[in-house]
Amino acid sequence: MKLNTFFYCTKQGLKNIGRNILFSMASIATVAACIFLFCLFFAIISNVQHIVTEAETTVGITVFFNEDAGEAEKKAIYEAIEAQGGIKEIRYTSAEEAWESFKDEYFGDKSEELAEAFADDNPLASSDNYEIFLNDIENQQSMVEYIRTLPGVREVNYANALVSALKGINRVIYILSAVIITVLFAVSIFLISNTISVAAAFRKRENEIMKLIGATNFMIRAPFVVEGVMIGFFGALIPLTAMYFIYRRATTFLLTQVLAAGTTVSVSNLFQLIPIREIFPQMVIVGLILGVGMGFVVSFFTIRKHLKV
Amino acid sequence: MIRLQHVSKMYETGNRAVRDISLDIKDGEFVFISGKSGSGKSTLFKLITRELLPTEGSIEVNGSDLLTMRRRDIPRYRRTLGVIFQDFRLLNDRNVFENIAFAQRVIGASPREIRENVPKMLQLTGLSSKYKYLPKQLSGGEQQRVAIARALVNSPSVILADEPTGNLDEANSREIMGLLEDINKRGTTVIVITHSREIIQQMKKRVIMMDKGHIISDQQPEARDPEQGIRPMPVRDGGERQEHRSRRSRGREA
Ligand SMILES: Nc1ncnc2c1ncn2[C@@H]1O[C@H](COP(=O)(O)OP(=O)(O)OP(=O)(O)O)[C@@H](O)[C@H]1O
Ligand SMILES: [Mg+2]
Repeated sequence: MKLNTFFYCTKQGLKNIGRNILFSMASIATVAACIFLFCLFFAIISNVQHIVTEAETTVGITVFFNEDAGEAEKKAIYEAIEAQGGIKEIRYTSAEEAWESFKDEYFGDKSEELAEAFADDNPLASSDNYEIFLNDIENQQSMVEYIRTLPGVREVNYANALVSALKGINRVIYILSAVIITVLFAVSIFLISNTISVAAAFRKRENEIMKLIGATNFMIRAPFVVEGVMIGFFGALIPLTAMYFIYRRATTFLLTQVLAAGTTVSVSNLFQLIPIREIFPQMVIVGLILGVGMGFVVSFFTIRKHLKV
Repeated sequence: MIRLQHVSKMYETGNRAVRDISLDIKDGEFVFISGKSGSGKSTLFKLITRELLPTEGSIEVNGSDLLTMRRRDIPRYRRTLGVIFQDFRLLNDRNVFENIAFAQRVIGASPREIRENVPKMLQLTGLSSKYKYLPKQLSGGEQQRVAIARALVNSPSVILADEPTGNLDEANSREIMGLLEDINKRGTTVIVITHSREIIQQMKKRVIMMDKGHIISDQQPEARDPEQGIRPMPVRDGGERQEHRSRRSRGREA
């Protein structure tokens, strides 16, 4: 293809948009709505996933032993758990360590004075434990049940309520967004296709003449594909710009809310949004591919149908 | 070289517009095709531009067979032709300049080439002062000249003109024919469909007469009796059947 032809086709494509501006606007708006919701759900799902991952790495299964359990028994438990597979990490916490971290967590700065009261009598004497982190949180329930059957195990704690709740929410959002986005996609495709059809009808005579004086199919079709791509491009650009500002606001808003509520640092860490510089490039790529790709594919096939030789 | 062999065209309506035509047109020839309205001239024209495919027979232009030509080679073929349509086929929403430039854009000409070639054509066809006009702001004759300019701008090797003087007065017709003759002298094959006996007589070129889809005569200028105008004569290059047919039609006339 010659460069001149390319410029000509691009110009004609832009003209097409101008010629039936209402249809083009409607298409752009629908694509924009579609991509906006896509980005929104993408942001929500990514962030919930982010929290889940965060929670999964900080929340494990804690196994306490019978008071009379000896080193050998503890070692047997360790080996039995490890033999199950799917283990990311097993961490042993001695009674002393457990006490230290307990003091830090509950007594804060005054830990030393308050802990004085307990002196040499560690109230968590038999609280040495294994903390187990699994590769996949899905297996937690069955792992817990298995550990309970092991001899020498007094108690098994696991805090997966939050995680599974979040996962449940995420699944609902996922399905909901899939449905809404599918519907919007269908509407977008329909509208783009219609817009291109209208433009093709408008240019029918011109296309016939072009063909008779030797224009290639490429040259006849290209303006319509340019039109479709432009619709897709603007349909992506608008929601992405909006999303950038919304997300930035949401990040600071949420952070101030969490801090104002006076939660601990670890919890506030959990509820921080993924930084915009991490998530936004992904959104831009996915949004543009969706918009431009949809515009390209739909206009290409629509015009091919219309301009069968 | 344009060669038609036993070409027939039947439309979907069952109308047989062209019947068993065999015809040779050499490079650089100037040929008139004439005949009554509905005799199949435009159909023949469309067969040569490959707007239509024949129902029977074969058509060969400059060594390529139009029937077996691949679809993607058609544009390249059409670019070797300059076509002037009976109904002009101008773009109504573009001015004269753009209509002529359009043919240049189709072949991927650069803006500079367009700025050079289009004004030349405007001058050649006497439209320089009206380059900004839309087709509907032009007279029929002026529109026709735009169509001619568009056909010429790409310097094609064959010019096909369907009634190029149909809307022109005598003076303008003569001018246009002179233009086509000049182009022909530079080596371009020119095929002109016309009703005008006057033009045919003045120009002294080969004349193919059609009737009801047949070629009823194919005469070189020297074979024509200048006093009597056109008279059917045996076909020179055609096959046996055609010769037979034209003999028959001569017989009917006698
Ligand atoms: N698209 C078509 N479908 C069916 N029949 C057609 C079609 N085009 C032309 N015809 C018929 O074919 C015959 C020849 O038509 P054509 O246009 O070739 O005549 P012509 O010699 O160019 O006439 P004119 O001098 O009036 O332009 C006519 O009888 C016409 O009715
Ligand atoms: Mg005709």
